[in-house]
Order: sequence, then structure tokens, then C-alpha cells
Amino acid sequence: MTLLEVDALTIDYRTGGGTVRAVKDVSFTLEKGETLGLAGESGSGKSTLGLSLMRLVPYPGVIVGGRIEINGNNILKLSNNEMRSIRGKKVAYIFQDPMISLNPVKKIGAHFLELIRTHEPETSKEKAIERANEILKNLGILPERANDYPHQFSGGMRQRIMIGLAIALNPDLVIADEPTTALDVIVQAKILDLLQSLREIYGMAMILISHDLSIILERCDKIIVMYAGQMMEYASNVELHKNPKHPYTRGLLQSIPNIELLDQRLSAIPGSPPDMLSPPVGCRFWPRCSSAKKICSAEEPPLIDVGRNHFVRCFLYTEEGANHE
Amino acid sequence: MSEMLRAEHLAKYFPVQKSFLEQIFTREMRYVKAVDDVTFSVDRGEIFTLAGESGCGKTTTGRLAVRLLKPTKGKIYFEGEDITDLRGEDLRLLRRKMQIVFQDPYASLNPRMRLGDAVGHPLKIHGVAKSEGQKKLVLEVLDKVGLAPPEKFVNLYPHQLSGGQRQRVALARSIILEPEFIVADEPVSMIDVSLRTTIIDLMLGFRKEFGLTYLFITHDLAVAKYISDRIAIMYLGRIIEMGDKGRLFLKPAHPYTKALLSAIPIPDPKRKRKSVELAGEVPSAINIPAGCRFHPRCPYKKEDCAENEPELVEIEKDHFVACVLY
Amino acid sequence: MNEVKAEPGVLTRLTSGLASLTRKGSSGWMVIIGLVIVAALVVMTAIAPLIAPYSPVKSMVGPIRSPPSTAYPMGTNQLGQDMLSRIFYGGSIMLQVSALSVLVCFLVGVPLGLFFSYVGGYLDSTFSLIIDAVYAFPGLVIAIAIAAVLGPGVVNMALSIAVVYIPSYYRIVRSQVLSIKELTYVEAARSAGAKWHTILSRYVFPNVIPSIVVVATINFADAVLTAAGLTFLGLSVSKAVPDWGWDLTDGRQFLSSGAWWIITFPGLMIILLALGFTLIGEGLSEILNPKLQR
Repeated sequence: MTLLEVDALTIDYRTGGGTVRAVKDVSFTLEKGETLGLAGESGSGKSTLGLSLMRLVPYPGVIVGGRIEINGNNILKLSNNEMRSIRGKKVAYIFQDPMISLNPVKKIGAHFLELIRTHEPETSKEKAIERANEILKNLGILPERANDYPHQFSGGMRQRIMIGLAIALNPDLVIADEPTTALDVIVQAKILDLLQSLREIYGMAMILISHDLSIILERCDKIIVMYAGQMMEYASNVELHKNPKHPYTRGLLQSIPNIELLDQRLSAIPGSPPDMLSPPVGCRFWPRCSSAKKICSAEEPPLIDVGRNHFVRCFLYTEEGANHE
Repeated sequence: MSEMLRAEHLAKYFPVQKSFLEQIFTREMRYVKAVDDVTFSVDRGEIFTLAGESGCGKTTTGRLAVRLLKPTKGKIYFEGEDITDLRGEDLRLLRRKMQIVFQDPYASLNPRMRLGDAVGHPLKIHGVAKSEGQKKLVLEVLDKVGLAPPEKFVNLYPHQLSGGQRQRVALARSIILEPEFIVADEPVSMIDVSLRTTIIDLMLGFRKEFGLTYLFITHDLAVAKYISDRIAIMYLGRIIEMGDKGRLFLKPAHPYTKALLSAIPIPDPKRKRKSVELAGEVPSAINIPAGCRFHPRCPYKKEDCAENEPELVEIEKDHFVACVLY
Repeated sequence: MNEVKAEPGVLTRLTSGLASLTRKGSSGWMVIIGLVIVAALVVMTAIAPLIAPYSPVKSMVGPIRSPPSTAYPMGTNQLGQDMLSRIFYGGSIMLQVSALSVLVCFLVGVPLGLFFSYVGGYLDSTFSLIIDAVYAFPGLVIAIAIAAVLGPGVVNMALSIAVVYIPSYYRIVRSQVLSIKELTYVEAARSAGAKWHTILSRYVFPNVIPSIVVVATINFADAVLTAAGLTFLGLSVSKAVPDWGWDLTDGRQFLSSGAWWIITFPGLMIILLALGFTLIGEGLSEILNPKLQR
């Protein structure tokens, strides 16, 4: 059975100044053990989308449409109690900033013990300690350090602890929201390697949310490129890299410097991300698109299947789009 | 002369706050040695990059170069003149020639100042041109950074602009006095990826148009590779490798440089990257390891490394390394 | 983004500012209600001579200690004075005293705070100690002491209250300056060569104003209550002037005999005035803080 199925998900933020449609009509699936990358810049809605999978969208955000099914259960229909039993056990979340997510007056080992014993009260104390030590070992943390407090660890180590806490209950799905943005590049590589090895040990699926397209291309099986709340392109990483179809994706790929190439020609995408309170009519990307046609500013393009499990939301790939000016 | 900026054995130590008991019972002061003996020079018209991870001292070095900070040790020369101890009016005159662009476009503009006033403020400070002349210069420079029509932008406040637009305003503010030297401190790190090239291209364009020289600071080696002429890699307050960009990236010499390069993600799923195993994390700048400061983490360390700190030696034309292996 | 328009006039900006308050949710409404209350009371006091049915100090306009009725909607006090008229006139002293004390606090506390905390170093530490010492004293005690020394009068009362509250302004300004001082845009101004007074006036001060406004409104509320307290203790203006505080003091003795209206209405007015200011202050601080946190 598919682990995660999202269908036509739409999320609004009802602010005093107006309603922002942060996520519009997003659909995708995820199988057991797969990695999905959500790539996008500020305002793309990727974080909101990630939070919605745990029903953690903050006020004044509201899920206004669509389905989120985990192992066949539509979680949007669950009660608060049922949802709470899923969070942490079936789906876990890793936040960007590990500094503020740990309890400063609790030892690291105690963090793990409390987590295990709260969610699985039938576990004996010995078993819980055993599991905690096992996880710490997989994280690369020396067993003596279980008695240390969070402030005694560096940023990279704290993020490892956060990851450890996230996977401690063997969730089926881990959502990592910009897990390495605040970290240096060497630590980042090690953290991402750690996530990969943990996934192999425990068999979890992962959704990686990042604005850094490079790490998403490197580490994710499937990629969704988001812009202004919508899915613009959805394909496997190899396919996306070889055949980027959406003008935004192409623009993005052409603006990232590749450390292995000498004498690159980089180009930028003109303009700026739209004001989400009043996004452009039609395709949300059209004001910045060099291939924009008249129809793009009038209607919203649908998601087109271009084969090889590759989907694009762009009129360039529809029959009407090809015929129009 | 072709040499614009020169730093000699620069050091900057920040005293560490002592706890109450420590203040009573201990005499010794502890310092964060943010910059610890750094020597380099920047030639006129070139882009020289200081690169490294956080805590390596690159930002502090940049601040020292424009004298926003006073060095603890060492000397700075600008166009041949010793500016290490400048103060007062002399320092203010220097500010006309050296400018700095900051990393955070959300923090570098006064939220209560209109953009026109913010960009034109340096003109007022230095008494350049009269009121109408100043207005004209502001409009010109806003146009140059691509904020058109400039008349629309002069009356706006920062919160009405996006991050990329704000950074353009910051750029405009930095060039309005027609300086000769600009320190750019991570100018694109906090901007969306699709907008970075615009800012970078603007900066490159100004170099051509005004003959500017840049000291570029970044942690992103890929950006450094794209924009620099020469580059210096810093670790824990010291330069450990430096030289012509092409040679440095073609044959990285220092073990740390190799580790850094290997860790950078490559936007190509088919390339399999070898991750260089690097032990531990960057130590605190209060307790710098003895000898070569990188030795505790170095996969090639030898006995000598814990005792002697290596100096930069030239291993090929314009390529220097500080490592006992060479 | 909008087209560039000509600079709108003050009145237009004021009305659009007020209109935008309605869109800010419950905090906006708090500010609006507070403003309405305060404005109503100020207007009431200002037009008192026009609307009061009797002179507030004329005795024996009716039977003494008579309960509220159609002739005397708020009753009469022990001297036969009409309470309603006394209520209309009685806010004047209180408003003057609190306004004056807030003004003094602002003119003294804010510049001192700006200067010393920007300069930093020993000057800042020493001055902070002095300010903290004053702050440590119970406000009412200081106010009483100073009022007793200076004697009665609106200005003296205002001064004694001001001394109590200057430390609050100083501390708020100081904490703001300390954090703003380190912000990048201040660094940018320094790197352009700006002098310290320019930085203080154009970069630091405008960003400190929101917090000062909040302190000022809470200060107003407190000043009103402290003024009432001082009056209660007999340290205020002479009894000839109609004042809510005096009626509060006087009215105590008649509570047990059943003449509740003599103390109640003045008390309610004092509470209402303080409430008005507090609502403005609380609402503003809620509105302004989220923006600061961004």
C-alpha cells in the first residue's frame, strides 16, 4: 500500500489583511522507503505543506481542501487524540532550528527515555535504556555523553540529537524541514549522510524540504518544484535534471553554481516572488517567464503528464498552449 | 599603484565575559581569537574572496578591513597609507573610499527611513552636492541597480520590498559615493537562489563600470568559485590556503580545503561524491589547538603538527598553503 | 506596489491610521475603545462649563446628601453641591497632572536613556545603577515625599509623579537602544561615516518610539491613579478646586451612612480614565510587538 497519498491539498492563511492561498492543489504519492524533495524559495509554500502532513499548520492557517492519506487513513478526518498518536509514531518532524527545540534542563539520555516511555508505556525501563543507547550509537554520540545537557553540544550535534528523537519511535515517515540550513557545509554533508544511513537501518521514507536544489537533487528520489504555493514540476531526480521542462525549474538550474565546473555562465530569473496576498492571475509564474504567452496571464495551466512519471504545470506542454501566441 | 588593500599579521581578540566568581578568583583573561595572524593583499580591480565556514574569522577580517573594528595586532594599509590607527575626521574621509555591503537585507536598512533618504544619507554625511543634486544622484543610482522607475522607490519603506530588492537598495547605498573599494559580506546568502545571480551580476557590472575592487566574503565555495579572481580559505582565524582561483580549485592542497570541497553538494544526481571523513567539529576560537590549528581533525596529521604552526608557502605560482605536507 | 501619490495630509493619515486599527483584530479594538474613552473624558472636562447644570463649588444648590434623582442625576454631597457638575469639572486636575508628568518624564527620561546607553561603558553602568536605585523605591512613597516637600499645586504634583516614572522610561529606552545599537543598519550608518548624534536621532530614536508610546500610555494610567492617591492623602491642590480625588477622599466617611453616590461616581471616573489609557497601551503593545518580532 502507498505510504502517503496527498490529493488536491489546498491550505489558506486567513490573516487580518486578507487570505493567502499558501498551498494550492498539490497532489503526490510516496512509497515506503522513498525520498521526496520539496524544492522552492521563500513563499513557495513548502514548509506549510510539510507541516500540514502532521496537521501542524499554525494559526491562522487552515486546510481548506483535499486529502492526506497515511497508510490508507485520511488524517484530515481524524480526531485530535487519534492525530496525536500518529505524530511521532507514524510521522516525525525535524525542524530547522535545533537550538530551541531541546529542553535545556534535561539530560540528553533523559530526552530519549521520556519519549520512548511516553509513547510506548509498556516498554520496560531496561528496554527503553537499551533502545536509547542504540540510537545514540547510530547517531555517532559517545554513550558517556548521554548524561550531558543540550548546551554542552555543538549545533551539528544538537541537530543529530533532534534527528535521533525524531526516529526513536521508528516512524514510517520523517519530514525534515531545512534540517541543515543553519549548519556549515561539512556538518551538513555528515547530517545528510546520517539521515541516509538511518533510513537504511530503519526503513523510513523521508520528505526533505529545502531551498537548496543541489542537496535535493543529490539526495532525493523524487522532486516537487514549488512556486507560489503550486506544484510546477514533479519528476524523479534524474529525470528532472536531464529534462527540466518548466521554465522556473530551468531558470533555477541555471542559477546554481556547480563547484565542479569552471567558467560557468549563470543566469538569474528576473523579477521577484509574487505577493501572496494578490498573486498573478493565470499561471503564477508568468510575470517572470521568458516563454510566457497570452494564455498564461489569463488561465491557470493544468498539471500535464509528459511521460516517464514526469508532470509539469505549464501551457508550453498543452496542445492549446502550443497553438497559442 | 596596483595594490589597494594590504593586511599584515592582522589579529583581533575579543575578551570573554567572566562569570562573577571567575572575576574574583582568576586573573587571566580569556579571548576569542577571531582573527589570528592574517596576511593578504588585494590588487586594484580584482575580486578577492575570503571563504570558510562560520567562526573562521572572515566576517571579522572584513570589518577590520574597513576599520569598523580596530585590530588588536597587525597593520592595515589602504592605497599605501597606514590606516590601522585612524580615527575621527580621517576615518570619516576614508569611509568615502571604502564601503561595506551586509549579509542581511532585512536588517541593513533602517525600517523607519524612506529608501530615498537611506540611499542618499551618505551624500548628506559627506556634504556631497546640494539638495537637488543629491536627489538626482539617488535616482540615478537606484536606476543603476535595476529598481525602476526610481521615482517610485524613493518614497517606499524597506518592509514594502522583497529581500532581493532590499539588497539592491543596500548596493545602491554602497556605490553612491563612488567608492574605490567595497567589502561584500555574504551579500547573497540570505537571498533566494533565483535572485542571487542578479545581485552578483550587478556587482560584477559595477566593477567594470566604476573600476571597483571587492573583498568578497562567503561560506559558499561554489559562489566563490564563480565570482573570484583570487581566494583565501580561512580556518579558525587563519588563512590556510590562498591563491589564484583556478589553481586553487584545480589542485586544492590543504586537507581542510579538500574536505570542504568534497562536502559541497553537486546539483547533478548522477555524480557520486566521495565524502571525505573529517573527524569532529570546528573547535571554539577560545581554545585554539596548539601547533597547526587543524591537526586534531586532520586525516594526514604527523607528529610535528601538534607542535609547530605552519606558515604559508608558495607551492606553485600564486598558490600558497600552510601545511607541513608541503 | 502602489503608484506614487502626493504626500497625504495629516488628517487623512490620521483617519486612515485609525481605520487600519479596525483591521488589527482585538488589539486594534482595544486601542479604539481606549481612545474613545479618553477622548470622551477629555472633551467632557473641556466643555464642562457648557454642560454642567450647576457650579460645582456652589453649595446648597439642593438638599445635602440627597441620592441620585432626576434633578440631581448623581446626587449631592455633604455640602449640597451637585455631584454631576463636580464630575464634569473634576477630571481637569487629574488630566493636567498626568499629562504634565508624562511630558516631563518623556523630556527627561528619553534623552538621558538614549545618550547614556548609546555611549555605553562606565557612564552607562553608573547611571543605570542610580536609575535602578530610584526604581527600587515604592513609587507612591517617593511621590509622597516629594509632594510633601514641594507643597501643593498642579506642577508640583506632576513633578513628584514624574520622578517616580522617569526610571521606567530610561529602562525601556536603554533596553531598546542596547539591542538596536547592534543591528546591522546602525553598523551601516557608522560605516558610511555618520556621527553619533545623527545615528541617535535618525536611526535609533525613530525605532525606539513604539516602545516609548506604550510606556507613556501605561504611565498615564498610573499617573492618574497616583494623583488620586496623593489627593487621597491630602497632598494635592487646595480643596476649592473640584477634583475626583478629593471627592473620593471625602466620600469615604459617608459610605457607612448609606450615601454611596458621593464616593462611587468619582471612583468610577478615575477607574474609567485609567482604563482608557491602559487599553490604549495594551492594545498598542500587542500590535507593535509582532512587527518587532519579525
